[in-house]
Amino acid sequence: MELRKNYFADVRKDDLHEIGQPRPRSDSPGHVTGKTAFFADRSFPGMLHLKMVRSPHHHARIRSIDTSEAEKHPGVAKILTARDVPHNVYTILILIQVGPEDETVLADGKVRWKGEAVVAVLAETERAAQEAAAKVKIDYEVLPAVFDMEEALKPGAPLVNEYHGQNYYLYDSGECRKVRFGDVEAGFASADHILEQSYQSSPIEHAPTETTGCVVAPEGNDRFTCYTNTQAMFFTLDNTSIILQMPGSKLHFVGGTVGGGFGGKVDVIVEPIAILGAKLTGRPVSFVYSREEEMQISSPRAAEKVVIKDGVMKDGRIVARKVTGYTDAGAYSRHSPYGAQKGAGHYPGPYTIPNVWIDTYCVYTNRTPSSAMRGFGVTIGDFALEVQMDKLSRLIGMDPLEFRFINAYRDGDMKAHRQPTEGAALIECMQEASRAANWPVAEKFMAMSSYRKGA
Amino acid sequence: MAKVPVQFTLNGSEKAEFIDSGTTLLNALRDKIGDTSPKGGCHQGTCGACSVIIDGELRLSCLTLAETCNGAAITTTSGLAEGGVLHPLQRAFLDTFATQCGFCTPGMIMAAKVLLDHTPNPSRDEVVEALSGNICRCTGYEPIIQAVLTAARANSQNAA
Repeated sequence: MELRKNYFADVRKDDLHEIGQPRPRSDSPGHVTGKTAFFADRSFPGMLHLKMVRSPHHHARIRSIDTSEAEKHPGVAKILTARDVPHNVYTILILIQVGPEDETVLADGKVRWKGEAVVAVLAETERAAQEAAAKVKIDYEVLPAVFDMEEALKPGAPLVNEYHGQNYYLYDSGECRKVRFGDVEAGFASADHILEQSYQSSPIEHAPTETTGCVVAPEGNDRFTCYTNTQAMFFTLDNTSIILQMPGSKLHFVGGTVGGGFGGKVDVIVEPIAILGAKLTGRPVSFVYSREEEMQISSPRAAEKVVIKDGVMKDGRIVARKVTGYTDAGAYSRHSPYGAQKGAGHYPGPYTIPNVWIDTYCVYTNRTPSSAMRGFGVTIGDFALEVQMDKLSRLIGMDPLEFRFINAYRDGDMKAHRQPTEGAALIECMQEASRAANWPVAEKFMAMSSYRKGA
Repeated sequence: MAKVPVQFTLNGSEKAEFIDSGTTLLNALRDKIGDTSPKGGCHQGTCGACSVIIDGELRLSCLTLAETCNGAAITTTSGLAEGGVLHPLQRAFLDTFATQCGFCTPGMIMAAKVLLDHTPNPSRDEVVEALSGNICRCTGYEPIIQAVLTAARANSQNAA
């Protein structure tokens, strides 16, 4: 690995001992010998298997649930419905005061997306649990559903989630997260060219090779040990404590070994119901998503729509940017209000633009709830922004890399959300990219620095 | 449910179990015998995490019924290290950073071992082909391909 020591030479120490040196990973010996203990590598005598009865409808009222035939199925130990869950309505980010609680552990009276958990069946074997789940009878009254964000925001659209009361997340700033900086309309009025484009993305599934799940063992001291592949141990512990109305001291979470997560194992989904099953039966419980559940049920990255309007000068300066972003949360919040909010801060990109207007909406639809995935809230935004940057450079007949040098943020520049830029290195990264890609730019750009002279 | 007897060698040791008819080899190995090195990623033969070697051939243990393995010699990744010394493939996976989450690793090593057993000096294309039934979602495939090529070179140097 080559280290570029000429950048920021005056502010860095060159006594690096670790960077640039290969160091063995502490977990690799376990991986290559098959000794690493993933949650599903633990099993306990008398362990029950949990299977979920899921909604076949995108949006429906539950008229009745009949578990009588399922209960008679050989091997069934326990069947759980909403009324068995002590605090059935929750939301993950309530831990950091992002409410309201809007999601049911087990559906209560209504389902809001196809695949929503309604009834949990615990049985001696996976097969018995699956067979019994097929015998649960649920009478649904199908309701109109909405799948498109802009349709969901129109008056008269079916209401997806009554806990919100409208099909968008209500921020303290109102129906969307807003950034206002300078005078965007004056900026457009002064621009030589204006370009408005719309960018859209589909939901994306993380598809980890290890599916979501946990194994729970009741301990002799009235505690429950939960072996889990969650990426969010303490979110999960604390939310489980709320959902089960059980002190955290009764819960012992063992994890940290995750067979691929990528954000897909950040939600709190399998642990509370599995621990509840263990509590009510006094037996160990395994709840492991099938591959089909992993692909269809676990949260994907949100679908997004980003509409960008830019005003640009012939000399390459972007003078105004207006962005409207839509994040499809699906039926429940999970981490999407946070993702949409991140987008609001991010849409100016790593560029200094004097006039910015941003609205980002977190929208509820009857689609699979979306949540975290690698840079959620900004990754799709970056795709849209950089395609937009290329289009703008073509519009004014300028080299796309030189165009970015002109607009790159530098230390001391005020960002649209009013955080001064610190520690910028975009100029230097682009200089290296120019060399590495053999994409030359004018000498004045190669002489630039993220430091502003006199700043 | 009627139980059926199965008997095979696993990494050189005799194993005998009574299992439910229809039990997959993957579940028999993991739940009955206690070898959890083969992983269940899809249980439908598409991810390769459950790969094992049966009588010298690469097999998906999630699609193999345990009762068809009577008398077979089965190898899994947990049996590769001898006397605490890693197999050259295990060493190479360590040295080339070919693991991240580690869930696909045992299956990858099985697929690579069958390749090198049959083709000690494979081309890069042959490595890619041999690993094409195994899905990795973390590292990307390049470090894994490099690990297999590294192990092949180490083997040929030892043989020389």
